[in-house]
Amino acid sequence: MEAQKYVWDGAIPLQIHLHESQVTTLPPPPPALILAPRIGYLPLLASLLKPYFSSTLPPGVDTIWFDYNGLPLKWYIPTGVLFDLLCAEPERPWNLTVHFRGYPGTVLIPCEGEDSVKWSYINSLKEAAYIMNGNCKNVMNMSQSDQLELWHSVMNGNLETYQRVSSKLKLATVEDEHTSLCSSKSQQGFGETDLAGQVKTGRVPVRLYVWSVSEDFDDLEDMPKVDSWEKISYINRPVEIHKEAGVDFEDALRIPSEDVSSDKVVEDHVQNAYEHREACSISSSAEIKLIRIQGIEPKLEIPFSWVVNNLMNPDYFLHICVCVKVPQQNST
Amino acid sequence: MMDLLHWDGTLSAKDFRIGAVAFAQKWESLNFAFPPWVWVPCPKHPWLASPELLQEEGYLSMEKICISRLNEEDIDQTTQIDTDEEEASCSGNKDVIDDATLVQRNHHELHYYDFHIVYSNTFRVPVLYLRAYCSDGQPLQLDEIEKELPTCSSKELSKSKWTFITQEEHPHLKRPWYKLHPCGTGEWMKLLFLNDTAQPKFEVVLELYLLSWFSVVGQVVGLRIPFKMLNDR
Repeated sequence: MEAQKYVWDGAIPLQIHLHESQVTTLPPPPPALILAPRIGYLPLLASLLKPYFSSTLPPGVDTIWFDYNGLPLKWYIPTGVLFDLLCAEPERPWNLTVHFRGYPGTVLIPCEGEDSVKWSYINSLKEAAYIMNGNCKNVMNMSQSDQLELWHSVMNGNLETYQRVSSKLKLATVEDEHTSLCSSKSQQGFGETDLAGQVKTGRVPVRLYVWSVSEDFDDLEDMPKVDSWEKISYINRPVEIHKEAGVDFEDALRIPSEDVSSDKVVEDHVQNAYEHREACSISSSAEIKLIRIQGIEPKLEIPFSWVVNNLMNPDYFLHICVCVKVPQQNST
Repeated sequence: MMDLLHWDGTLSAKDFRIGAVAFAQKWESLNFAFPPWVWVPCPKHPWLASPELLQEEGYLSMEKICISRLNEEDIDQTTQIDTDEEEASCSGNKDVIDDATLVQRNHHELHYYDFHIVYSNTFRVPVLYLRAYCSDGQPLQLDEIEKELPTCSSKELSKSKWTFITQEEHPHLKRPWYKLHPCGTGEWMKLLFLNDTAQPKFEVVLELYLLSWFSVVGQVVGLRIPFKMLNDR
């Protein structure tokens, strides 16, 4: 699975400045230059940053957090996703400010170091498992050592170990022609059959980060910067697709999730589906200006199954950053 | 017609909305000592929904509940002015006027709780979010909250913290809240209804869904619904 290797090898060059309020020495220390894995999380850099800045930090308790242009960064979002989301025009190196004091507890959920990040990862994995398999038993029943091994493989970017341990979880992934041809490892079929023997729709874990602009921009640099999390719509909603449908990427984003609601009619969903459809992701009236996954901008015609299998994060979620253009609103 | 045997105990978002309204009404009619649940709508961005399906997303809210730590059986009574539904919005919740009067049973520090029932798109079930704070607004940490929970919940918590209460971003308010983990909810909800020999129609199940759900989940946080009220249908 070559693409997965590229994803795991992906990294963001960071130039990390210590916040001036915590600089106690003159001259101030030079910024730290770090290559941060895309699939990793910023607090994990503490093991490198704390020693680097230790000689200048004031005494006291350290809780690491980062900001980009004043925006506190949500630590449970993978580093690569943060970069794709907040830098429309990729900034290399990416200039971040690190803090060891003054944790913004009203904005960010607490992070007590590596353990917090690990639990956050495991919880996401549970969620993904539930979405794909209908239950989280496989993750809940992981042995302690497997759990640790899996987490360490993510922390250290060790794809081989990750693939070995995660395959034990038997998480249903999407089948696509390319995968079945190239891959030697057996993959569980996507979606389950119900009692009538029909293949139900399968659910794919997706996290959408959407922001909107009201005009076209020639240069990504001219796009208004995201200066508040209020400007980003975070949609944590699984995408439902039919196994045979051959859905392409854009369709998957715009597909309303099928609402098999009170009248769970198995035989004839066509009519009911149309009646009970829920609004899901992006409406047809919104023009997609930019999509980024793992730092790349996939063509909208790419089969969704390929996108899922190759570009998902180690938590089995597809994290997608989208910029849509909407007509200017007259009223707020 | 929906067959309970094949039901997995989960709800669609639309059904949650219906069930939430039914729950709030039932709650009021049962005349507990608690304030009513209020539905707080969260309007979506227009580009996130097809115009014809602009379904109202939202959550149920019951706030400023005072839970006395020394008495697990009894809950301090808190009365408050019914919040105006139009005024309550996702960002404006903090502006709700509070005229709480309390029956102070003990002279220790009073802790207040806000409860929100939010729909989970992943697990397709309601999820209880909560936060706690002192009278001066200072938020309570998890270990302080744990001390106030009924003893059996505290044991669960100490056994495996991460499967029970986690601190996460509130899906609508985007602030840190505590959440009761919903994994497994579908399963025990299904069991609750399967045990009913009357084999109710799904409409009835939907009406009672949240009440039954809350009868289990509420106990974890010390909110107990007298069982006889559940049996009155």
